[in-house]
Amino acid sequence: MPIAFQNAEGLKPGLVIYLTVGDQGLKTTRDVALAALDAGADVLELGVPFSDPVADGPVIQRASQRALAAGTRLEDVLALAGELRRLRPRCGLVIFSYLNPLLRYGMERFCERAEECGVDGVLATDLPVEEAGPHLELLRRRRLKPIFLAAPTSTDARLRAIAEVSEGFVYAISRTAITGVRRELASDARGLVERLRRVTGLPIAVGFGVSLPEHVAALAEFADAAVIGSAIVSLIESSTPESAPVCVAEFLRGLRTLPHPAGTACGSGRP
Amino acid sequence: MNTQISPAAEVPPGRFGAYGGRYLPETLMAAIEELEQAYAEAGADPAFQAELAGLLKDYAGRPTPLYLATRLTRQLGGAKIYLKREDLLHTGAHKINNCLGQGLLARRMGKRRIIAETGAGQHGVATATVCALFGMECVVYMGSEDMARQELNVYRMRMLGAEVRAVDAGSRTLKDAISEAMRDWVTNVRTTHYLLGSVLGAHPYPAMVRDFHRVIGQEARRQILERESRLPTAVLACVGGGSNAIGIFYDFIPDAQGDARVRLIGVEAGGRGAALGSHAARFQGGSPGVLQGAYSYVLQDDAGQIAATHSVSAGLDYASVGPEHAALHDSGRAEYVAATDREALEAALRLARTEGIVPALESAHAVAECIRLAPRLSPEDILLVNLSGRGDKDMGILARELQLGGG
Ligand SMILES: Cc1ncc(COP(=O)(O)O)c(C=O)c1O
Repeated sequence: MPIAFQNAEGLKPGLVIYLTVGDQGLKTTRDVALAALDAGADVLELGVPFSDPVADGPVIQRASQRALAAGTRLEDVLALAGELRRLRPRCGLVIFSYLNPLLRYGMERFCERAEECGVDGVLATDLPVEEAGPHLELLRRRRLKPIFLAAPTSTDARLRAIAEVSEGFVYAISRTAITGVRRELASDARGLVERLRRVTGLPIAVGFGVSLPEHVAALAEFADAAVIGSAIVSLIESSTPESAPVCVAEFLRGLRTLPHPAGTACGSGRP
Repeated sequence: MNTQISPAAEVPPGRFGAYGGRYLPETLMAAIEELEQAYAEAGADPAFQAELAGLLKDYAGRPTPLYLATRLTRQLGGAKIYLKREDLLHTGAHKINNCLGQGLLARRMGKRRIIAETGAGQHGVATATVCALFGMECVVYMGSEDMARQELNVYRMRMLGAEVRAVDAGSRTLKDAISEAMRDWVTNVRTTHYLLGSVLGAHPYPAMVRDFHRVIGQEARRQILERESRLPTAVLACVGGGSNAIGIFYDFIPDAQGDARVRLIGVEAGGRGAALGSHAARFQGGSPGVLQGAYSYVLQDDAGQIAATHSVSAGLDYASVGPEHAALHDSGRAEYVAATDREALEAALRLARTEGIVPALESAHAVAECIRLAPRLSPEDILLVNLSGRGDKDMGILARELQLGGG
């Protein structure tokens, strides 16, 4: 599967949705994932919960704790990917993890299972390009796209190295920050995307702090996709398992249509 | 399991055998490259080295004495026991060696804000001290569990002008404090230096922090040769992250051959017992993995989630260990054993009563192994124990555990 940021309606920018798998139970993640895809999400990042998520803020930390307390394992994340692939053959599926759960599972075995389950790409938060060497080979052998983060602090030399090994898309971090919902879209984002455009022809998705229709509208001008993470995870946290899919779908529909529809039973996902 | 991480063709920087490396979010990679560069330049700059040497001598109190513990030696009736008295340093532990080094480096890099994690509070106190000395802003992250059990050091840090931020995540101990410090660093990376307190984390920290503590072993090797005209049978040190241990081990590593071979023995926290979650003995119950920037031995479950740890000593209560120790373990050059909470407490009491020295609970683990080992050796043998810190900070725990309440 190529990862594509053009949904049926041709809406811009593309939407990448991060979910911590197993938060409120696997069934909730599955239902929310389907609802998000049907509300126009192009790519799902299926987050593997980890005990020590150093790059994440309180919202995703809490979601990871809940998912782990519910007993979620990497195997469950892969099985969910397989199910989503069967139900929605055209969506993009990315496994988003810290490195250690993948190492413990065995990188080769992980890649084999991920391919079987129809996963498109893999992003490991704490795996920078210089440590990726042997993993890249295993990923490519299974036709999994290695996806890397690029940061406002990344030097041009680092951006070139990232561009060289990335496939599918590049994930540009909008600000020097951990994950979390923010009011303003960082001014860092546009500059970083411009620098990335000089070194890669791959689509660029911008994330970290993206949560408002204004952010998404701004990103439509210079990025290919917006990554929505903590805003969705926070919505799930404040919903019941029954209401979460509806709330997430409503939130996503609102994101690409300014202004935000008012007066609903759901939280806003706003900062 | 696939444990082979480093590419065969091109070895990335900061590897100790298969261990170490640089497993960080991209946001921090430029900062860590900058740090590596600055450290390389400082290391080659005689003015930097001279300033550090001056501070170590006049401010911190180096060289520290090598003390022959005659009463303990006689009582145990075996090997001769020498203590390397890092506990006599300013602020009460070896940690100041590294803090002065990194403090000077931060100043050189133009970073005015310092963050640190602390477990026992000794690294936090040493960091707060150096920040006061250099006029820098200081924020120390500390697990709330550790704040409760090392309360005295919390007051010391505040007295020195540092802000102590409680960390309530996870097990509320050292690991969680490191995660929170890393999150701060990600956010404030342009203005802030992360003054990491042990030989942990991403390259260059494990090598740099080791270099700043090497002075312990350089002095001890010279001192023991002056006193005994020969090398010790074994060098013992407690291992939390592993900074005091690698500091005293490092200059003895080449002494690996024949009769003059020096055994290097690291002592981990055996806690309450062998079950996962009850101890912090990474080389007993751990396996290779990645935590907080480095590939090393990690206490983890079968899904790669980091395990809870326990030790009576906050400074040893951590789920991973410095990557250079992992390499020394695998090569067999160093041996790693564990001492339980009870053994450490009893060793602290014994050292207090026989030598008039109250060790930090961390250091008491090394003393415990010395007490076990000495009687099995002959009077010709020499044990060199790194007394990494003093026990003032632990009086609350010691009073409770050893029933010092009187009455
Ligand atoms: C006195 C003392 N010794 C040892 C340690 C453990 O650290 P490391 O293994 O890095 O020496 C600590 C940590 O807080 C300490 O305070």
